[in-house]
Amino acid sequence: MPEVRKQPVKRESVPRTLLVAFFVSLVCSSLVASAAVVLKPLQVANALLDVRKNILEVAGLMEPGADVNALFAAIEARVVDLETGAYVDDVDPETFDPVRAKRDPELSIEVPAELDVARVGRRAKRARIYLVREDGEVTRIILPVSGYGLWSTLYGFLALEPDGNTVADIVFYAHAETAGIGDFVTKAAWRARWPGKRVYDEEGALRLEVFKGRATADDPLSDYRVDGVSGATLTGNGVTNLIRYWLGDHGYGPFLRNIRGEES
Amino acid sequence: MSGQYIELFIKAVFVENLALSFFLGMCTFLAVSKKIETAFGLGAAVIVVQFITVTANALLYEYVLEEGALAWAGLPDVDLSFLGLVTYIGVIAAMVQILEMVLDKYFPRLFHALGIYLPLITVNCAILGGTLFAVQRDYTITESVVFSVGSGFGWALALVGLAGIREKLKYSDVPLGLQGLGITFIIVGLMSLGFMAFAGVQL
Amino acid sequence: MSDSPAKRALLDPIVDDNPVTLHVLGICSALAVTTSLLPSLYMCVALTVVASLANASVSAIRKVLPGSIRIIVQMTIIASLVIVVDESLKAFAYETSRELSVFVGLIITNCIVLGRTESFGSKNPIGLSFLDGLGNGLGYSVILILVATCRELLGKGTLLGYTILPNVADGGWYIPNGMMLLPPSAFFVIGLIIWAVRTWKAEQVEEQEYRIHEVHRTEAH
Repeated sequence: MPEVRKQPVKRESVPRTLLVAFFVSLVCSSLVASAAVVLKPLQVANALLDVRKNILEVAGLMEPGADVNALFAAIEARVVDLETGAYVDDVDPETFDPVRAKRDPELSIEVPAELDVARVGRRAKRARIYLVREDGEVTRIILPVSGYGLWSTLYGFLALEPDGNTVADIVFYAHAETAGIGDFVTKAAWRARWPGKRVYDEEGALRLEVFKGRATADDPLSDYRVDGVSGATLTGNGVTNLIRYWLGDHGYGPFLRNIRGEES
Repeated sequence: MSGQYIELFIKAVFVENLALSFFLGMCTFLAVSKKIETAFGLGAAVIVVQFITVTANALLYEYVLEEGALAWAGLPDVDLSFLGLVTYIGVIAAMVQILEMVLDKYFPRLFHALGIYLPLITVNCAILGGTLFAVQRDYTITESVVFSVGSGFGWALALVGLAGIREKLKYSDVPLGLQGLGITFIIVGLMSLGFMAFAGVQL
Repeated sequence: MSDSPAKRALLDPIVDDNPVTLHVLGICSALAVTTSLLPSLYMCVALTVVASLANASVSAIRKVLPGSIRIIVQMTIIASLVIVVDESLKAFAYETSRELSVFVGLIITNCIVLGRTESFGSKNPIGLSFLDGLGNGLGYSVILILVATCRELLGKGTLLGYTILPNVADGGWYIPNGMMLLPPSAFFVIGLIIWAVRTWKAEQVEEQEYRIHEVHRTEAH
């Protein structure tokens, strides 16, 4: 049955449709683009502030309500070549982008499966570490670490004493582990178990780990063991794995060997 | 190497189920889960749409929107990531529209069976959510594909499971205030609890 | 006292016509953030802002909007508003925006927002549409705040970060109910809220498709 079509309502005509669509797109994109451009500097500043707060925290310098940027003057950023363990000075530590370096095939390497206990996948060839200085002397070495827990990648900073072997502090600032169980990594009580633990033994072997079970006082390895949390074994294993990777020969191992060599 | 993808798939289906762990796609989830047949149809459609859209959006993000993505076009400093949200929803709407047209032309029976639910997939939080998670977690294209099929399948699995339970529940004596929506929520909560048992699965 | 349309638009969605408990709308983005009250509050504000402004914008162009592109235009307006809100959060409330992660973006597909622009905003004057969006946003917020309060208080013993029930781990007496921080609890809490609301307002009870006859209920003696 042939349909007799009346002339469509003027609103539905093609030119009108295109005009409205164009106009709406114009208004929306202007709104969105201006918001993004105007707010970008604030966002970048916030992100930087956030990172700095965490570094100051693990450096033992953070105070609530303090001026983060002013306190950060005591921190010196340096770039380290992970393979040789030596400082490199041909790149500005302030502008070094660790995230981009990890993804760029020229600036990173793929971690072989048998070495990738922390499941990081790729690792940048260089890393930015931080030195805390007081009156010119290095009082702490801060190393960014990351690794896979149970549900997510944990990101944190490990602070070592100038001897490159004793743990000063550890802070995890990003994770998506089980709320109420795996998030023990952010709790003050667990963090307090770390200061004073040692990483390497007399022969230089990596010993530091999160230990399942309670380490007794006369355990010869108690210096290297941090008590885990029951019910959260896998997150704890994740922490052990990221320690093993980043403080091992494929991570900061060579760098810390140099530091320890200088100290002795 | 492939073990990593299998693990990603299992995680997307069970441990991080879009419906039961992240509450995504609840509206359609609760409305469609009354009959198993409709649930099957919608579930299948969601898997297909999820696969197409997450992959398309992952490609768009990596080659157009990301900071530095436009390096291949000679614009390495451009950061269009703020356009992400509106781009993704546009792609989703377009893909669903195309799928509707393809189904109408080549699979008319399926098209009529799905009826109104197909265009409703566009606003299904699980679809947009899948894209947003894949982008936020920085998945590679292959990982995005595996994640998309897994998450779609997980959502469909939860939907069909709930439909099965609700069909059985038709003859139960549910308290007045809990009838319909109330008891459904409780059931979904129990299902969610059940699916959590898969956490810690290591292959 | 007569209820003006404005008053009804604003107040109805809070209990009588609550989008979440009566219409099953918009809880997607709701539940995942309700483990803490503070991000939930931000979420409520974000959604209410988007809902009211989107409703008003769609209402403003309702007379010139061609039917063929109606839905996609509404979605574009909503998406743009959500982007602005998301960018603002990243600029002014950085830590909370990290916690909210993708869920602010999911406001775009939030059934409440799109549902209201489609059913109300496209057919009513600007002022009324704005109030309708505001009212629905408030209705959503009431439920979200209820769930979040429940979950944070029972799950952590805190509210907005302040300790209300001192935890055993910090030397107090309260053992936190870990389940409250896991996804299933959100479903249970909402189910119980719906039960409570429908017991209070019996007209909201859903019709059961099949009711067991009284005669057949009595089993063998």
